Amino acid sequence: MADGDMQTLEAFRQEARDWLEENCPPSMRTPMKDDEIVWGGRRETFTNPESKLWLERMGEKGWTAPMWPAEYGGGGLTPEENKILQQELRRIKARPPLFSFGLWMFGPALLEFGNEEQKKRFIPDIVKGKTRWCQGYSEPGAGSDLAGLQTRCEDKGDHYLINGQKVWTSYANEADWIFCLVRTDRTKKHEGISFILFDMESEGVEARPIKLISGASPFCETFFTDVKVPKDQLVGEEGQGWTIAKRLLQFERSSISAGGFGGTGGSGILGPEEYAKMHVGTDNEGRVADGDLRGRITDHKMYAKAFSLTVQRSTEQAKAGQEVGHTASILKYGAAKMNQDRHELLIEALGTEGLGWDGEGFEDSAKKATRGWLRSKGNSIEGGTSEINLNVIAKRVLGLKEHQ
Amino acid sequence: MTFVLTEDQQMLRDTAMSFARDTLPVTHLRELRDSGANGVDPMAREKLAELGFFGVLIPEEHGGSDFGLVGMGQILEAQGRTLAATPLLQTGVIGASALTLGGSQAQKAEWLAKIAAGEVLTALALDEGAHHNPAGVATEAERDGQGYTLTGAKRYVPDGHQADLFIIAARTHGEPGDSHGISLFLVPKDAVGLSVQALNTVDSHGAAHLSLDGVHVDDAQLLGDADKGLDLVEPVLDRAAIAQACEALGSAQAAFDMTLEYLNTRKQFGQLIGSFQALQHRAAKLFTELEMTRSCVAAALSAVDEKANTISELASLAKARASETVHLVSNECVQMHGGIGMTDAHDSGLYMKRARVQEALYGGASFHRDRYARLNGY
Repeated sequence: MADGDMQTLEAFRQEARDWLEENCPPSMRTPMKDDEIVWGGRRETFTNPESKLWLERMGEKGWTAPMWPAEYGGGGLTPEENKILQQELRRIKARPPLFSFGLWMFGPALLEFGNEEQKKRFIPDIVKGKTRWCQGYSEPGAGSDLAGLQTRCEDKGDHYLINGQKVWTSYANEADWIFCLVRTDRTKKHEGISFILFDMESEGVEARPIKLISGASPFCETFFTDVKVPKDQLVGEEGQGWTIAKRLLQFERSSISAGGFGGTGGSGILGPEEYAKMHVGTDNEGRVADGDLRGRITDHKMYAKAFSLTVQRSTEQAKAGQEVGHTASILKYGAAKMNQDRHELLIEALGTEGLGWDGEGFEDSAKKATRGWLRSKGNSIEGGTSEINLNVIAKRVLGLKEHQ
Repeated sequence: MTFVLTEDQQMLRDTAMSFARDTLPVTHLRELRDSGANGVDPMAREKLAELGFFGVLIPEEHGGSDFGLVGMGQILEAQGRTLAATPLLQTGVIGASALTLGGSQAQKAEWLAKIAAGEVLTALALDEGAHHNPAGVATEAERDGQGYTLTGAKRYVPDGHQADLFIIAARTHGEPGDSHGISLFLVPKDAVGLSVQALNTVDSHGAAHLSLDGVHVDDAQLLGDADKGLDLVEPVLDRAAIAQACEALGSAQAAFDMTLEYLNTRKQFGQLIGSFQALQHRAAKLFTELEMTRSCVAAALSAVDEKANTISELASLAKARASETVHLVSNECVQMHGGIGMTDAHDSGLYMKRARVQEALYGGASFHRDRYARLNGY
């Protein structure tokens, strides 16, 4: 890199550091609390007023989406500048100002496939956290075989009319808008799918939360009955939906693997080795006393380390302009396995302390671990099951042939 | 830590890959085996010296290129791909590192240039039992005026059957199991009282048992400080474990590539067997393991060159994972090839045999898992 570039980057670092120093409120530099996560949108209540301030400032600056084009409200940063910004954010332990399917999945796809008017209309509100999006993909009859979806979208001249049902729609009951896969042509499977956007307050939309084995209800069944959608809310061409959907799934899988299904920062949950020391006990060297459990914990910790090194390698190779498809393809599969193994070990090490459900008598963090363990079972199902991911690796990466 | 090779490192990798493919293919190992050479290959040794591979970790003032372990790792991975039997790891990594890290000026001057030129082959004689156990040294070094007298036995010394110079660990104080009290000695192969029993090993690379029956060494032959041999040998063993992991990764990758090709060629029930989902998923999982192991090996190599404080942890991570990966892939290689995989004519058996040696040397998966846990406080 030329000296001039280096100087510019160092100037940017100083600028970012000064700005963050001035604009990141004190409580936003502490570990995230579960009930202070900001998803934005019309219904966001901001349990901590500083979260609101932090989102507004970061959104105004475009740094919730640092590398998106500035003309749509993004930060307009180069990859090198973004790397510096992320380093500076980590340096002060800043919380992410916004959790958002718009940022992670829909926005990148819209920037690629949307028309100018759509980008101007939707992207700025994603950056600022004003619109909360949900994803209308799976249906009762279309899970792993997503392209089998049946939600009908009819051309009624000046508008589309949508009828059908989605399922596993994350936070549909809290979202403002939905990006949705619908069928515009029943004679073709993949080419009959279109990608459409509409307001969840439209007449005929109903979202019912589904209670999971963990007791939480992050997903909904979503029903559409004669929902009218303006024609300018179709993204791309009719029949292009599958192409957009696949691209968006790549963003989803990489955001899942990069985030590793959410950390436990601030949840108070310790590592399995700590629980094992606490509840199984230690030997005279201070190590986990049960050699078998220790071995399995170590196995998992090494897998987790290998996984994070692989994420780093994939990121570095991407920056160097090398092909990363091969490396990235394994990350969703690996992230699911890692998170599930971790939770199984947490519960095992906690023993009966990890078998509480609610009420008194159990530590809050242990109860969270228990709920997390149940929730983690979905990791190998959502966003493409592990089996589907293995199919993808086998066919697209390894070049193995279809069964005839 | 860096995962992207520099231009020079990439060039070295390309050179090493074509050298292994063209000059030391698996057929060459078969020829060595069938001619009874027991892994001793003067041609390979000469070519390695010509290419400067023995001197990759040796300072320039002693005739090396000081190119670093990342570079050496590329060569060893290439050799692993074709199961090449060469003295590069024992001499170019272990001998070179031990002398560079712990040698006196006189010892460096005496040996390093010869190692870089391929004129002297070294072997580390450490383990005495069937499992890697650095602190378990029982061989005695008894003080005798101007030096020491060594008495004991070493088992399965890699390259022991062709080494010119041994680095022998012996106990100057304490009991087997104590980490203090071990000293290292430089002992030429023709020392009086040293006998070398060449071994025919399962991988056709060979090794040797040593017996030390009152071998006299001078003080000048002591490598590093007396009693503190383990402090010196630990970083050498970290490098050895990482180097062995590189070689194992290369073998695992080659066995996997061979398996994949077979899945895309062999037909049963009128179908390519690679179209069966039962095999596709297993292949995809092997690929995942390989990619993750590759990341660990790359991280460990780069940690050494950057003198990071995580070398030991990453060495154990890399060696444990590479051992497990090469074990799994070599087994699956035989299984997925079916009957042909059971024949001596096919290469898959050779990969499985070499894999077990790669796993065992410098600590297997369970040794390094335990060490990793210990280093991390559990």
